Amino acid sequence: MALLSVKDLTVKFAMRDQSVTALNGISFDLAKGERIGIVGESGAGKSITGFSLMKLISKPGYIDGGQILFDGQDIAQMDEPALREIRGNQMAMIFQDPMVTLNPVLTIGEQMVETLRAHRKVSREEAEQIAIVKLREVYIPSPEERLRQYPHELSGGMRQRIIIAIALLLEPKLIIADEPTTALDVTIQADIMDLMLELCTTNKVSLILITHDLGVVNQMTERTLVMYAGRIIESGRTREIINDPQHPYTQGLINALPQQTVPGQPLKQIPGSMPSLNNIPMGCAFHPRCAYATARCKTEIPSTLRFGAVEVACHEVERLKAGEARANEVGLAKAKADGPATSAESANALADTTGS
Amino acid sequence: MSAQTSTTARRSSFWQSNFVYSFRKSPVAIVSMIVFALIALAALFAPWIAPVDPYDQALFDIMDSELPPVWQTYGDPRFLFGTDPQGRDMLSAILYGTRLSLLIGVCAVAVQAFLGISIGLIAGYIGGRLDSLLMRMADIQLSFSTLMVAIIFLAVSQAIFGSDTFNKYAIFMLIVVIGVAEWPQYARTVRACVLAEKKKEYVDSARVLGFGPLRIMVRHILPNALSPIFVISTVQVANAIISEASLSFLGLGMPPSQPSLGLLISSGFDYIFSGSWWITTIPGVVLVVLVLVINLLGDWMRDVLNPRLYKGDK
Amino acid sequence: MQTETRQPLLKISGLEKRFELDKGYLETLKFRKGRIVSERREVHAVNGVSLAVERGEALCIVGESGCGKSTVARLVAGLLKPSAGQIHYDGQRTDNLSRKALAPVRKKMQMIFQNPYASLNPRMTIQQALEEPVRFHNPRLSRAELKDQVAEVMRSVGVDPSWGYRYPHEFSGGQRQRIAIARSLTVDPEFVIADEPISALDVSIQAQVLNLMLKAKAVRGLTYLFITHDLSVVQHFGTRVAVLYLGSLCELADTATLFSAPKHPYTKALLSAVPQLSDERPNHIRLKGEIPTPINLPKGCPFQSRCAYATSRCSAERPEAIPQSDGSLVACHAVEEGRLD
Repeated sequence: MALLSVKDLTVKFAMRDQSVTALNGISFDLAKGERIGIVGESGAGKSITGFSLMKLISKPGYIDGGQILFDGQDIAQMDEPALREIRGNQMAMIFQDPMVTLNPVLTIGEQMVETLRAHRKVSREEAEQIAIVKLREVYIPSPEERLRQYPHELSGGMRQRIIIAIALLLEPKLIIADEPTTALDVTIQADIMDLMLELCTTNKVSLILITHDLGVVNQMTERTLVMYAGRIIESGRTREIINDPQHPYTQGLINALPQQTVPGQPLKQIPGSMPSLNNIPMGCAFHPRCAYATARCKTEIPSTLRFGAVEVACHEVERLKAGEARANEVGLAKAKADGPATSAESANALADTTGS
Repeated sequence: MSAQTSTTARRSSFWQSNFVYSFRKSPVAIVSMIVFALIALAALFAPWIAPVDPYDQALFDIMDSELPPVWQTYGDPRFLFGTDPQGRDMLSAILYGTRLSLLIGVCAVAVQAFLGISIGLIAGYIGGRLDSLLMRMADIQLSFSTLMVAIIFLAVSQAIFGSDTFNKYAIFMLIVVIGVAEWPQYARTVRACVLAEKKKEYVDSARVLGFGPLRIMVRHILPNALSPIFVISTVQVANAIISEASLSFLGLGMPPSQPSLGLLISSGFDYIFSGSWWITTIPGVVLVVLVLVINLLGDWMRDVLNPRLYKGDK
Repeated sequence: MQTETRQPLLKISGLEKRFELDKGYLETLKFRKGRIVSERREVHAVNGVSLAVERGEALCIVGESGCGKSTVARLVAGLLKPSAGQIHYDGQRTDNLSRKALAPVRKKMQMIFQNPYASLNPRMTIQQALEEPVRFHNPRLSRAELKDQVAEVMRSVGVDPSWGYRYPHEFSGGQRQRIAIARSLTVDPEFVIADEPISALDVSIQAQVLNLMLKAKAVRGLTYLFITHDLSVVQHFGTRVAVLYLGSLCELADTATLFSAPKHPYTKALLSAVPQLSDERPNHIRLKGEIPTPINLPKGCPFQSRCAYATSRCSAERPEAIPQSDGSLVACHAVEEGRLD
């Protein structure tokens, strides 16, 4: 049985005179010990997904429908005391900014002991011992000393390790990490990613990793959900999605990365930008930015279809697939014939790519 | 993108609509605004509304002195709020007094704002020694209470110029004294705002474009510091009205021939034990209500304009 | 390749910037070992950086937070005064000029900032924001000419000129960044300093803005000093790369050379840490510890505390940037001694 099973989750925000749909019928399963990534740009609803899984949505947001089955219990229907039992204890959350997640006026030790004693009947000394063990697990040198320190005395990477240690304190079954490495430097990010991967595999903890960085998803997760304007538009094994994306948006997202283009050449950009929540286009939300959009895309919301190894919500996947195969053959042949582009050509190409 | 921007065009001024929207949603703000508008309009049009001219001693009749308000026994229908010991119509006196109090309050705040904003901008933007100097001056100024400074200044000038000259220029004296005494409030707020705005990249961008300090201060930073200026202005108007009333109450303000609210309250004080409670109480109520609604409006405005609550539609 | 005879557009030599942490005498007083001592603490943001930017190139400065890359950008733009060292622009020394004397240089040198939400004045319409610099630098321009020039720049960055009456908050992050770029292009500069111009933007929008900057480079013949922490952007955008660590230059090389054959141990670690889209498992070089604080730096190589190859020489002597056989400059004793191969 899946550890977490989200069915048709809809989250709305009550605005002045209308309500705005932030999540529109999200469904996915997560097995025990599985690591999935939720990818999307800002405004896609990926952070709101993370918060609603713990029912941490506060006014004016509310869960409008759907189920969040965690170990068979529906979180969407739970009251606060039951939720408190689940939060921290069985599900933990790691946030983006390690500078603000820790309480600046309490020592690391106080924060860890407090978390433990809120959920477990342990003495202060026992709690400290557990805290030290956990700090060691996240490779923090001399953990006994760290317990007496305040957050501001530690570096960003160290703080994020401590946040991970706190998340692991109660041995949760699921960790939701919202952009856990975005605020960190590249070399520190790599360390933290290694650490999280190691902890998840050795402790059999499930992970939901929310990020905008496809590289991070690629290295951390087994399965990926791609979100756009409050819906999951593509999901499947991470490898498949990155190597062979089906949805035009996912393709665009991957192709827009500088690594995918010869240096100096114009990048393959997606025109336009993510719609704001109160102004989501009719039909497929991506159609105004999509090169393959047809009349049907403008009126009819695409349903999720199994296509090869992935599930895609797009009307035109099949046509696209056929076209892509042709384009690949032509492109390869052309590339072989032309060799590297001359600078004059690249200047021309650049002049053509005026922003939307 | 076109779809998105067309909606943003329709609500072309988000800031404004947000302001108006929260006003409509706040009963306290609406009631305060209505009460304030009534008082302000009545004060503004006092010469047309007032039954008699309370400055013209020739119109008073000593026979009408100390008449109670109409709803009391012995009330006279000519005098809605009764009369004072000289037979002056209280309603007219209150209308004219409110007019004076509001005038002094607003003008004094204008003086404060001008001084405070200029000093705050310069201190915050230039920084360094000049900043320290100006802010220490503000600290010293604040460590004297407004009333103490005003009392000393007004008492000394009354002694020097003599009562007649003083009475002639009393209104300007009050405006200047209250204005000068309270500039540090503005200077501190503006300086804090400038320090926060100065770190933002649009200021750097203006510097890279080669703009001079005056242009950056006035054209770029000041418009972004207006919200807190509005908020403290309301509170300061209320404070200035109270300061003026207190000074007049102490006999250091407006002359008895042109009574402001404070002086009316004070002049009725001697008669309160003889049963003529209305001479003090009615102007007192007007003063309290006026200051209260201004403060309530200021509170509401602070909640709306608070940049920490207002994040825009990013 | 640049010819040796032309002088570089921008030349920085021995640039240093220190920020005082303790402002005023009272703050320097500290309680140490039972007595009060006066002690000045300084942040060494930039320590003797020398480099040159040739006309028409895009020199990228990369490094992690606190390495001083933004400080270099601000020093070059004249927003900060250097503590030591010199900045020459087109042969003219600029770091000691007054604001008025700097005005002609300002027209040629512009800056794009990181945060598109803060780099436009929220109380000015787009039209006002774009007109202001043009009018300031060309006071004699007529209304019509002014409007034309602004409209032309707006079109060139893909912003509809009819949107001019709107305020910045009505635009998305990507549009705002394009407007900010337009603003810097209104004075028709030849050199643009870009301080993390795409870091605050989404992936699909990053591509739009990068394309716009590449296009401006091709069409207007711009030279860029591009500050970023994102190595994949560097590889795409830069002609040469300078790697900074704790305010010092580690390595300066052509982009292709740096990515194919990094030499400095720090560059190697940095390159290996970038998350990749390929199948391989992460196999990055782990660095010990974290970046030390730039307050009261130790002697010797700034990277010594995290370097696997550090020796006693590294802790005693600061490495100089030494030219290598493939044209790159590397400041490392281990490379110089050939210990890394």
